[in-house]
Amino acid sequence: MGTAILGAITGMLGSFAVLRKQSLLGDAISHAALPGIAIAFLITGAKDSNTLLLGALVSGLIGTFWIRGIITKTHLKSDTALGLILSLFFGFGMLLLTYIQKQPNANQAGLDKYLFGQAATLVERDVWLMAIVTGICLLVLLLFWKEFKILLFDADYTKTLGFNTKTIDILITSFIVLAIVLGLQTVGVVLMSAMLLAPAAAARQWTNSLGVMVILAAIFGAFSGVFGTAISATQNNLSTGPVIVIVASIFVLLSFVFSPSRGLLFKQIRFIKNRRDLELHKTLAFMYNIAETHEDITHPHAIKILNNFQGFTKGTLQKLVHKNYVKLDGNMWYMTEEGFKTASNLYNQQTTGDNE
Amino acid sequence: MKNKIAVKVDDLTVAYNYKPVLWDIDLEIPEGVLMAIVGPNGAGKSTLIKSILGILKPIAGSVSIYGKPYEDQRSLVAYVPQKGSVDWDFPTTALDVVKMGTYGSLGWIKRPGLKQKKAALEALEKVGMLPFKNRQISQLSGGQQQRIFLARALVQNASIYFMDEPFQGVDATTEIAIINILKELRKAGKTVIVVHHDLQTVPEYFDWVTFLNVKKIATGPVKDIFNDDNLTKTYGINYKVSIQE
Ligand SMILES: Nc1ncnc2c1ncn2[C@@H]1O[C@H](COP(=O)(O)OP(=O)(O)OP(=O)(O)O)[C@@H](O)[C@H]1O
Ligand SMILES: [Mg+2]
Repeated sequence: MGTAILGAITGMLGSFAVLRKQSLLGDAISHAALPGIAIAFLITGAKDSNTLLLGALVSGLIGTFWIRGIITKTHLKSDTALGLILSLFFGFGMLLLTYIQKQPNANQAGLDKYLFGQAATLVERDVWLMAIVTGICLLVLLLFWKEFKILLFDADYTKTLGFNTKTIDILITSFIVLAIVLGLQTVGVVLMSAMLLAPAAAARQWTNSLGVMVILAAIFGAFSGVFGTAISATQNNLSTGPVIVIVASIFVLLSFVFSPSRGLLFKQIRFIKNRRDLELHKTLAFMYNIAETHEDITHPHAIKILNNFQGFTKGTLQKLVHKNYVKLDGNMWYMTEEGFKTASNLYNQQTTGDNE
Repeated sequence: MKNKIAVKVDDLTVAYNYKPVLWDIDLEIPEGVLMAIVGPNGAGKSTLIKSILGILKPIAGSVSIYGKPYEDQRSLVAYVPQKGSVDWDFPTTALDVVKMGTYGSLGWIKRPGLKQKKAALEALEKVGMLPFKNRQISQLSGGQQQRIFLARALVQNASIYFMDEPFQGVDATTEIAIINILKELRKAGKTVIVVHHDLQTVPEYFDWVTFLNVKKIATGPVKDIFNDDNLTKTYGINYKVSIQE
């Protein structure tokens, strides 16, 4: 249940990260959260997840706003800034974790689950928290849908319309940070960004509408969460994070192959079909030109003439006969009324272009 | 006859890094002109427009629209960005992009309704893109995408239009269609400012011109200042176009 909600919220917000081409952002935020967890533990000594997640939230936000600062104040590329913060915070976090493990009194068993995630450690309160945050996130998404959409598409233009783009940006980013922090316990620091990106990337393949994409991403994310948790539960000590991410990746793989408009499979099929159609049309057009030279369009001509035409095969002739565009008579062929009409339509279509 | 000043730029200086890309620009654009901004690549034409529109923050100088600061006059100004500035693979339709032109008047949170849709459809009609209204924007040709951007600006129903290379990559027919729309805007008393690269067509399309290359070289009526002297000053080399008088 908790992982389903988690999958849904990361899927929705991941759509925005994907469309902004900020794939690394998720990585940077989740890694930046690690030292927060460690420091919260060192200060309070508590293993209670809410305290630790609060630490994660704080250091995640600090990391994010550093990244923003670096990008606007210096002239580093955003990827560079993200990478920099990512390694800096993660390195520091690991250092702290190692230090904690060396403490004799520290019962550190609770902390390493944040690296790879352990859904079994979720308690009811955690799930409630996730549900509430998801609800708020949904509300904000619905309210500011128009603003989010236009900012993602054309930030400069949004500014000229009088919207404060910084506010919209901070709103989106804050929710992404929140979702990531919530996911740390289940999926872990290392793979959290995959959880953000995979459902969104899969959803993008199936639709050309932002709204549908966000909904689909939420559904894919939720399914990954449920299946991933179920599978990892069958095996003792199997971390949840990797399994969920593998399920999500399968969604991505299937989407890239099978999606009707952008998928590789259908693209290939369409390509072959288009080529066949084109060959057929070209042959028909060639015949049309010949038939036109006669007053009587159904006047027979020798099949041999067609051999002059490149791309002509017996197969295409068969197909034309089959479609009743052409009739055969010994080694002669002649065009039917229907074929003539179709051929002349082809010409018209080509000159007027396609209008949906 | 043209006395009202639509756009006034004072001492504008803009830099991305340390070196200014625009130096001390002073510019007055009278109401009702169709003005071309010309200059070589990297001259700062896009930068000038972006600074006027508050997208970039200048180091120094100020901009006023009809005598008031730009921030108070936003609703009077529409913008057509350079086509390459957005990701056309974004999942949305032509109609949806044009509707974005109404977002400014809607303000925060409020959604576009029937009225906005009607305005968007009218704008699409004007640029001849109505048949493509439900097309995914990635499946439009470059010229069609350009027309969608133009329609989005038309929907804003502004008094002053800034357009960054609206003729980039469009065929002759579309170019004529677009220039006719621009001339119509001028006829309706609007002010239109266009970044333009094809020097041959400047005298035919525009009545006002600004030469720009980091500094402002000259600005004024095409018939007075569009000459080899200014072209050479702007483009460096001894530039000559055959201007038929
Ligand atoms: N985001 C940026 N960061 C740093 N420098 C920039 C940036 N954008 C533009 N420049 C620099 O500012 C100068 C002016 O650029 P601008 O885009 O305004 O030129 P332009 O006149 O519009 O050129 P074009 O005809 O190629 O569109 C150029 O030297 C360019 O290298
Ligand atoms: Mg430019």
